[in-house]
Amino acid sequence: MPKSIPADSVGLVAPQTAHFDEPIELVCGQTLPHFDLIYETYGKLNAKRDNALLFCHALSGDHHAAGYHSMEDRKPGWWDGYIGPGKVFDTRRYFVVCPNNLGGCKGSTGPNTINPKTGKFYGPDFPLFTVKDWVSSQKQLMDSIGINQWAAVVGGSLGGMQVLQWAIDYPDKLRHALVIAAAPRLSAQNIGFNEVARQAILSDPEFHGGHYYEHNVVPRRGLMLARMLGHITYLSDDAMRAQFGRDLQTGRLSYDFDVQFQVESYLRHQGSSFVERFDANTYLLMTKALDYFDPAADFEGGLAEALSQTQAKFLVISFTSDWRFAPTRSTEIVKALTDAQRQVSYVEVESSEGHDAFLLPNSYYTDVLNAYMAGV
Amino acid sequence: MPTWPGFDAMSLLRSDLVIIKEWIAPGSRVLDLGCGNGALLHALHEERQVEGYGLEIDPKNIASCLQLGVNVIQSDLDKGLDDFDDQTFDYVIMTQTLQAVHFPDHLLQEVLRVGKQGIVTFPNFAYWKNRIQLGLQGKMPVSRALPSQWYETHNIHLCTVKDFQQLCRARNIKIQEKVILDHAHRASAPITFLPNLLGQIAIYRCQRGE
Repeated sequence: MPKSIPADSVGLVAPQTAHFDEPIELVCGQTLPHFDLIYETYGKLNAKRDNALLFCHALSGDHHAAGYHSMEDRKPGWWDGYIGPGKVFDTRRYFVVCPNNLGGCKGSTGPNTINPKTGKFYGPDFPLFTVKDWVSSQKQLMDSIGINQWAAVVGGSLGGMQVLQWAIDYPDKLRHALVIAAAPRLSAQNIGFNEVARQAILSDPEFHGGHYYEHNVVPRRGLMLARMLGHITYLSDDAMRAQFGRDLQTGRLSYDFDVQFQVESYLRHQGSSFVERFDANTYLLMTKALDYFDPAADFEGGLAEALSQTQAKFLVISFTSDWRFAPTRSTEIVKALTDAQRQVSYVEVESSEGHDAFLLPNSYYTDVLNAYMAGV
Repeated sequence: MPTWPGFDAMSLLRSDLVIIKEWIAPGSRVLDLGCGNGALLHALHEERQVEGYGLEIDPKNIASCLQLGVNVIQSDLDKGLDDFDDQTFDYVIMTQTLQAVHFPDHLLQEVLRVGKQGIVTFPNFAYWKNRIQLGLQGKMPVSRALPSQWYETHNIHLCTVKDFQQLCRARNIKIQEKVILDHAHRASAPITFLPNLLGQIAIYRCQRGE
């Protein structure tokens, strides 16, 4: 709980909800008759309406990117370190928009909302959406707010993939594209991790084929396992060694399967707290959106061809110890952009924090973003 | 770099870069290896509508490039230019970089693979004062063109005007233009007459031989 709101915080914020009454046709062929997107904004849209930044969240993120919902909040939004007055994304200069993606579980239309056709929760009937669908729904939000062009679209990890898709699908709707700790598509290893996470959820007896809401249960063990596995891939070996090493909870081995190493306790805590704030059906769908993302697949010439019509100026950032989306994945994007003769800068930030580094404080990362944003 | 009305980015350009700038045709595509703070690419973009990228490894320089709005790609030149296809740039520029890489011979060939023309500058190690310091005093030369002590310099493959031209001949590289200057980047008649003895900075424009 913040005793007082820090001066460089956007302060107490409240989400808004945009309703879209026109049906949205999804890449999978299904249609949602109407949908809601919950979103937050910070700062003020200027008279020319050209100072808007769109933030795209990652797998387990949401619309609450900065500030506090109440004085009782334990933590601020997920990118509070970088969004606020005087921070990298300075809310005195920019108007920041951050939605919860379609299919999310924090207030946008998703599996845990009511299907108007049946009067019940969508649950497993929620259509399988793609990154392209997210971007087209975000475009509708953009139009409803009255923004003609984003000054920049920004995102890390799965958020960075949305940034790429934005630049490809709506070339003239963004001036800058900040693609952070992302990849042009998942590797077999990435998909493998996602599949294990999904199987953990699907095989939980309390999953009930996705209809667990009607049974008043949640597939707690499955979702917890999925998160524990995911969390390992977000950290680096070095970061885990530094944080936990082989330290024991009780100081000695107990020769049973209770929590003994501190890393076990940490992962169980991460898993169980995730269950409290996330929906298993959304997790299944989001990992699928990750697996399916491959903008190059729609173009014969591959990624360079896919990016050849983009107009945004790109900043691509990777982190040295990120092995989920390693620096070489970012340089694939950079190579495609230089092959397509697009404007791009690339920075590999030294960090021992693994994939999570894009969310964490880092002085060089901050310098790089500050330097780049001076020209946005 | 600051910008304000009447601000002249060129005034902050080193004078060797001013010479290079004059060699670059307007509207061309340029790759600048070891682009430093991005001043040359910035000036080329502003004044000659040149597009392209700078490659740089130093974090401070990278931040300066970003601040200037120059496209900069963090990369290690010792790993070559594998990410760039053949003949994709009109010019590949390498200022004061050749002598600081592990494989100058290989990098020079890479320059002319990726670029239609290469522009290369380096400090001439055979400058007479260097010869005196090494030959008579028995010490590694330190001068305005070579300001660092041997134990802290980035220069690991220093060469002379003669050495460079020999390498070009051996690798079938055609020198189209050259300018040899003193430490303040000034040309003079004596230097033109005895470049390897009197010149401190060498600037070459070259391309692959037939």
